Amino acid sequence: MILNNAEKPNRATIMKNRSLVSIDDLTTDEVLRILDLAGEFEINPVQKLLDGKVIATLFFEPSTRTRLSFESAISRLGGKIVGFSDANCSSVSKGETLHDTIRMVNSYCDLIVMRHPVEGSARFASEIATVPVINAGDGANQHPTQTLLDMYSIRKTQGTLDNLNIFMVGDLKYGRTVHSLVMAMSRWNTTFNFISPEELSMPDEFKLYLENLNLKYYEHSDFTEIISKADIIYMTRVQKERFSDPIEYEKVKNVYVLKNSMLRNTKPNMRILHPLPRVNEIHTDVDSNPKAYYFEQALNGVYTRQAILCSVLGVK
Amino acid sequence: MKEPKQLSVSAIQNGTVIDHIPANNLFKVIQILRLDHIDSQITFGTNLESKKLGRKAIIKISDKYFEDDDINRIALVAPDAKLNIIRDYEVVEKKVVVVPDFIVGIAKCVNPKCITNFEHVTTRFKVVSKKNVSLKCYYCEKITNQENMQIF
Repeated sequence: MILNNAEKPNRATIMKNRSLVSIDDLTTDEVLRILDLAGEFEINPVQKLLDGKVIATLFFEPSTRTRLSFESAISRLGGKIVGFSDANCSSVSKGETLHDTIRMVNSYCDLIVMRHPVEGSARFASEIATVPVINAGDGANQHPTQTLLDMYSIRKTQGTLDNLNIFMVGDLKYGRTVHSLVMAMSRWNTTFNFISPEELSMPDEFKLYLENLNLKYYEHSDFTEIISKADIIYMTRVQKERFSDPIEYEKVKNVYVLKNSMLRNTKPNMRILHPLPRVNEIHTDVDSNPKAYYFEQALNGVYTRQAILCSVLGVK
Repeated sequence: MKEPKQLSVSAIQNGTVIDHIPANNLFKVIQILRLDHIDSQITFGTNLESKKLGRKAIIKISDKYFEDDDINRIALVAPDAKLNIIRDYEVVEKKVVVVPDFIVGIAKCVNPKCITNFEHVTTRFKVVSKKNVSLKCYYCEKITNQENMQIF
């Protein structure tokens, strides 16, 4: 269908009242529109566009960055926040179902931001609610606002999303951020290098997805030799509890630690991202290197979430 | 002496014959089509020899005809099933099962952490492979394939 200009939806209405549950819910144009809008908020972060709006932030499991950056984004936009940061402080502790909690909260607010440990809970909530739902993480499934802020950080540091060589390091099996980022970046002719212990390698379904798109990916168990090719190094934490054999963990635990000395021959444009929290997978001596970008990345989360909030409410 | 050719399950005058059901999924087919809730006369045979399936099952339901959408629901457990529509002891139409694009209800999501296994939510799947049927959960986005598929 070709729309003429008069029929084309404008930016403020294209996502209005639509929930954001999975990164696949967005078209490429919608992704780019959110990134552009995030750029506008970076220049001018305090805009009272949500004046009079009530946003419910329902965090059924603990979160630091995501909750605080959402609340910071809402506050900068002049919105009011209701909600909880721990399921023990809600009726869930009395045995209330998610269905009933959402039905109830729905009538108190204009938008629901929700994190829940059960996978698919955000999609379910979006079916019950009449207000839009933004998924702030549903178990190991989706975390689309993290993916969008990662993409904002990539585009901002590289000037483009096209033809980049992205290295993903660490736990590629269980990390939802890397899975969503692979799916999202596959729209921009990305070359992927997956660096992980065998036990935590990228699941076949994602490799098959890339093969079907004729995108290149390479798998490695170590990255010191090839690090010079990276445009982005996306670090994740290798957790001891993921290993069935503790000896295997001991063998690999230091292989996936990034140290400043390893960055000597890296490209000038290369930047290091990490969804945080970091434990020991990036040595603190990297922090002062201009290529370390993870704290700025966390800040970009506020601008990106401002853009997402405004998009789903259709106010900008 | 040549063995006389005889039907393992007696013929019906009018109704539907569902053939080429994998023997181990016979009761799942009965469950999906809710045959235990209808009043028609039903006969079935199982562990019958089949060149294609090894052992197959067959169900004959008198005076009952199914809509295509209903019958396609058995595609998850009997993708090779064939239907004969019988009128006055004659086969008047043959049908095959078509794997639908979406499955609502019927199957359980394999992911124990999926919302459909926590709250009263009807399961919904997109069929991502029709050959060896595999389903992508609309809620948790995990894949349930034929080996780990459970029917409600």
